[in-house]
Amino acid sequence: MADPMKMRATLKGDTADVRVLMGHPMETGQRKGPDGKVVPMHFIQEVTVRLNGKTVIEGQISQAVSRNPVFSFRLKGAKAGDRIEIGWLDNKGDKNSTETAIA
Amino acid sequence: MRRIAGTALLASAFAAAPALAQQQSPYAEYQRMATESAPIELYEIAGEELWKKKQGPKNVSLEACDLGQGPGVVKGAYTHLPRYFADADRVMDLEGRLLHCMMTLQGRSREDASKRVFGNADKASEMEVLSAYVAGQSHGLPMRPGAAHSKEKASIELGRKLYFHRAGPWDFSCASCHGEEGKRIRMSGLPVLFKPEYARPLMSTWPAYRVSTSKIVTLQWRMNDCYRQMRMPEPAFGSDTTVALIHFMTATAEGVVYRGPGIKR
Repeated sequence: MADPMKMRATLKGDTADVRVLMGHPMETGQRKGPDGKVVPMHFIQEVTVRLNGKTVIEGQISQAVSRNPVFSFRLKGAKAGDRIEIGWLDNKGDKNSTETAIA
Repeated sequence: MRRIAGTALLASAFAAAPALAQQQSPYAEYQRMATESAPIELYEIAGEELWKKKQGPKNVSLEACDLGQGPGVVKGAYTHLPRYFADADRVMDLEGRLLHCMMTLQGRSREDASKRVFGNADKASEMEVLSAYVAGQSHGLPMRPGAAHSKEKASIELGRKLYFHRAGPWDFSCASCHGEEGKRIRMSGLPVLFKPEYARPLMSTWPAYRVSTSKIVTLQWRMNDCYRQMRMPEPAFGSDTTVALIHFMTATAEGVVYRGPGIKR
């Protein structure tokens, strides 16, 4: 089971302030475990943001991003009640997503 | 994500940093900024799930656990701990009480319930995520640990004595490091924890997410690790010694508004 995600989206004027927290190990593939062996790479590759079902951001990220990352961004032209869905896909093919209505 | 400060606050934090750095560790500013959307919230979610999960030989959840405010009352419970529990006839901190509930409610042995109390970055322990969840339900409330019962008074007094008690191969006490103002290890200020002005900002943020190790840490872990650093024998989990120290420091911070679970460097 993928780690939890948590999102918050609040409207300020015509701009939504969105903040999402994603639980993920984000292994770089360079760290060694307690057994002395390299811990295999495991990181989020793609982050997709949808507003009312329409894709508004497609991001590619890599090992440089920390464990349990937080992303924050602004969406222009958003309205209260609009549905935001954020999902990620990692290099092992695991995925997770969460959605919320802009408040 | 209730601890959002906003970008305006961040900008002013940068501007104020040089002046503040002369008075206190720059980590204070760093911590305040990093507290926004800290990953500790993920552990609070996991802790709530575990709180409601049926486990142990009796296959029951911890939902009926009495944390001092009545069975099942979680809201505000953390602010009154450590305190005396008549059913166990001893003073307990949050983790000691959770262990007690795992044993009495779920029917687990002490060995089973405490075999993995400190987790790692890959997997937090049961005790850690439960602590995050329970403590999170006291966010914004003033901390008032038990101090009226004779055993509570004795516990605080024992904690005070232990704080200054020098022992072990290096003849160390807590006060060897945390006894004088203005001391630090590298960039970390060493708080003088028997003074309320130092105890308050610290005791109001445990348990916490530790950024440098990507893991959640609890007060029992902090006591355990300080004893390790002092080269003392390892204290038993939830022992009267560790509880007394936590009780003493929490009582010193009495009245502070709990703003955790927090973040550590």
